[in-house]
Amino acid sequence: MSESKLKPEELAEQVDYDISGENWLNPSVEFRRGVFNYSGTPQSVEYLQQPNPRKWQPTDPDWKLPENWKEIILKGLKDRLHRFRSLQLFMDICVRCGACADKCHFFLGSGDPKNMPVLRAELLRSVYRNDFTLAGKLFGKFSGSRELTIDVVKEWFYYFFQCTQCRRCSVFCPYGIDTAEITILVRELLNLIGINIDWIITPVANSFRTGNHLGIQPHGFKDSIEFAVDELESITGIKVDAPINKKGAEILFVAPSADYFGTPHYFTLLGYLALFHEIGLDYTWSTYASEGGNFGSFISHDLMKSLNAKIYAEAKRLGVKWILGGECGHMWRVLHQYMDTLNGPADFLEQPVSPITGTRFENTKSTKMVHICEFTSDLIKNDKLKLDKNRNNHWRVTFHDSCNPARAMGLIEEPRYIINNVCNNFFEMPDNTIKEQTFCCGSGAGLGTDENFEMRMRGGLPRANAVKFVKEEHNVNYLGCICAIDKATLPPLMDYWVGGVEVGGIHELVGNALLMKGEKERTTDLRGDSLSVS
Amino acid sequence: MNIIFSLITIIVLIIAAILGAGTAKLDYLFGVIFPYAGISIFIFGIVYRVIKWSRSPVPFHIPTVAGQQKSLPWIKSSKLESPHTSIGVVGRMLLEILLFRSLFRNTKGELKEGPRLVYGSSKYLWFGAILFHWSLLIIVLRHFRFFTEPVPYFVNVLQNFDGFLQVGVPGLFITDILIVAALLYLALRRITDSKLRYISLSSDFFPLFLLLGIAITGILMRYFFREDLLSIKELAIGLFTFHPLVPVGVGVLFYVHLFLVSVLLAYFPFSKLLHMPGIFLSPTRNLANNSRSKRHVNPWNYPVPVHTYAEYEDEFRDKMKAAELPLEKD
Repeated sequence: MSESKLKPEELAEQVDYDISGENWLNPSVEFRRGVFNYSGTPQSVEYLQQPNPRKWQPTDPDWKLPENWKEIILKGLKDRLHRFRSLQLFMDICVRCGACADKCHFFLGSGDPKNMPVLRAELLRSVYRNDFTLAGKLFGKFSGSRELTIDVVKEWFYYFFQCTQCRRCSVFCPYGIDTAEITILVRELLNLIGINIDWIITPVANSFRTGNHLGIQPHGFKDSIEFAVDELESITGIKVDAPINKKGAEILFVAPSADYFGTPHYFTLLGYLALFHEIGLDYTWSTYASEGGNFGSFISHDLMKSLNAKIYAEAKRLGVKWILGGECGHMWRVLHQYMDTLNGPADFLEQPVSPITGTRFENTKSTKMVHICEFTSDLIKNDKLKLDKNRNNHWRVTFHDSCNPARAMGLIEEPRYIINNVCNNFFEMPDNTIKEQTFCCGSGAGLGTDENFEMRMRGGLPRANAVKFVKEEHNVNYLGCICAIDKATLPPLMDYWVGGVEVGGIHELVGNALLMKGEKERTTDLRGDSLSVS
Repeated sequence: MNIIFSLITIIVLIIAAILGAGTAKLDYLFGVIFPYAGISIFIFGIVYRVIKWSRSPVPFHIPTVAGQQKSLPWIKSSKLESPHTSIGVVGRMLLEILLFRSLFRNTKGELKEGPRLVYGSSKYLWFGAILFHWSLLIIVLRHFRFFTEPVPYFVNVLQNFDGFLQVGVPGLFITDILIVAALLYLALRRITDSKLRYISLSSDFFPLFLLLGIAITGILMRYFFREDLLSIKELAIGLFTFHPLVPVGVGVLFYVHLFLVSVLLAYFPFSKLLHMPGIFLSPTRNLANNSRSKRHVNPWNYPVPVHTYAEYEDEFRDKMKAAELPLEKD
């Protein structure tokens, strides 16, 4: 199942941006192997007390929706139009200029017209016009209105789980219309009648219960951290301290759970551990808040809030001064733009100050949470780290701006500053594919499943193609990124489209370059690979 | 289909004006009632819309940023693309509203052999949009010479500026040519580009054709079929000062022009033309990127179920104890 039947060149040949086809107002969707995600299991839906838990699959003719599903959706839409100015405005002001059309990675990789952001939004807007506007009521189909039917719902499911909420279209839109906002809210509507996918709802259930998406229980968490400590010792000869649930620590550190369970995330974890030891940071991990990521944000604002609440609650319980966050994309969308509003004010914390450099992080004075790249770049700028760039000489690095840090935070120069200080060979991908114009990995917002493999490869084409370009120009062999979903899903993407490019975090590179007091002579990098350049 | 529907609608409107004002002599209806109705619907409609938008709160602080954040003092932040102050936001909005900043970014993606994706710079849409909107603004302002006596200074300046070519009698206004060219381009791209053709609705063609109708009837009156300007000004000032009167000798072409303008005004608040007031309220553009330094309050923030630490420890206490993790309750 994880193998796409299509070879890369076959897939690319199918893609055509010249659009033909019948009127999009007639809903049509085909649930083909490889381009959709399986439904949420009833156990997870039930555990989270979400509506309509049942066994069903998108390929079933009958989705077993509640009898009054239409009423629920229209009522839900009305309610959200009143609660979200973004939604009300974005329904009213789009002029369909088409500037967004070829900015979406899913359109660029599929040529499917309904993957043009404008049309993705029109899938909802057509129903909005029909039921909420005078023009829709007067002119019907001529105004681009249509009735909400089961087929429209199926189409919503297909296309709104074919948007990774990367917000690239929003950068190009003359009014800033943000498809992510529309996707979030349509997914919320679908969830009201029990339509969601397992790769989102089950991690949410896990995170609610155990504190992290993978469902790792406290003792398992401790095991993995201790395992990493041992691993780091075998590489560096130094046994670092990694406190867990330690009351009175100065800083709570929160990272995405994949960092302590996934590869190549794991090497970034080793990097954090080495760094924190070397600077003598007084910090703690938490088993209760052992997840920075927030798959709740891929279903509804309520579930986002439920999961996010743990971070401040744990910071308060442990009595830390402020919070530091690891490398993750959507995690930082939530932390930067939502957390303070959802679960703040964090008046029990102090304004973050680096205990090593004394730098006050003015930009975090309300939320009190600092990004690890902000923290580390400040350390380097103040000359607090001894770094040997040559220990990354076996890597020729490029950097993939993860969507959310780039377009929600504007965290653009911090990671680049770090990279330039820890390695000798750094090459940027073409301008239209980085920074605020960065392309998604194609698997964000909960779509990184094996069953969705073909669509992921399609969506990842623009990113992969830019990597291929720097690989051919500069022999790049390391795709650096600061997102856990990237680290999980870019490796298969690279294998499919490019080949010969490894994926890894920025703090993996930091860990490689970091000269630690009392370390043994390093013969390998954090991956255990020989340091000699072949 | 969508094009034809829009085109027929415009033709019907024009015929209605010709028959109504020309044949049936319903001068008062077309000269006074329709314009007043149009402008009333325009004003009240927009006010209604803006109030409606404003009543929906902005629950979350969601600017889409397009540049470096303000973080550490030694990293240069992008004050206009990722503004962290209100002044920066005003700057960003001005760039957006006056110069269509985001549209200026536009690229065209093409998939070549290989596969190789290339993104060419594509400023045509930006250029067409800028030409149209600025021409329209100047033309609207120029029309103040009909509503006012004496004519304000800025109108004369604008008129001289617009007529700088000094060709023909009466002098050619460059915006008259530009607006027609821009509208034709904007309509043509919807027909020739397959993506645009696919997404375009009747309501995308209708305003373009309506504006073309207005521009062309205006041009015909100015350069080819001269209307009695004094009578028209009498009518315009009458409307403007709420002493409406219908002078004799106003031709049917003028009534067609005025009727189409009335239709445009009335159509405005029910259509995508709302992007004009709407852009000011767009939460991805009009908020500063200061999400972590200044708390944003959501007026409807309600409590949700949370798995508390106490519940968590209750569930996992034995395992935590065995793993020698610190506990709140033993």
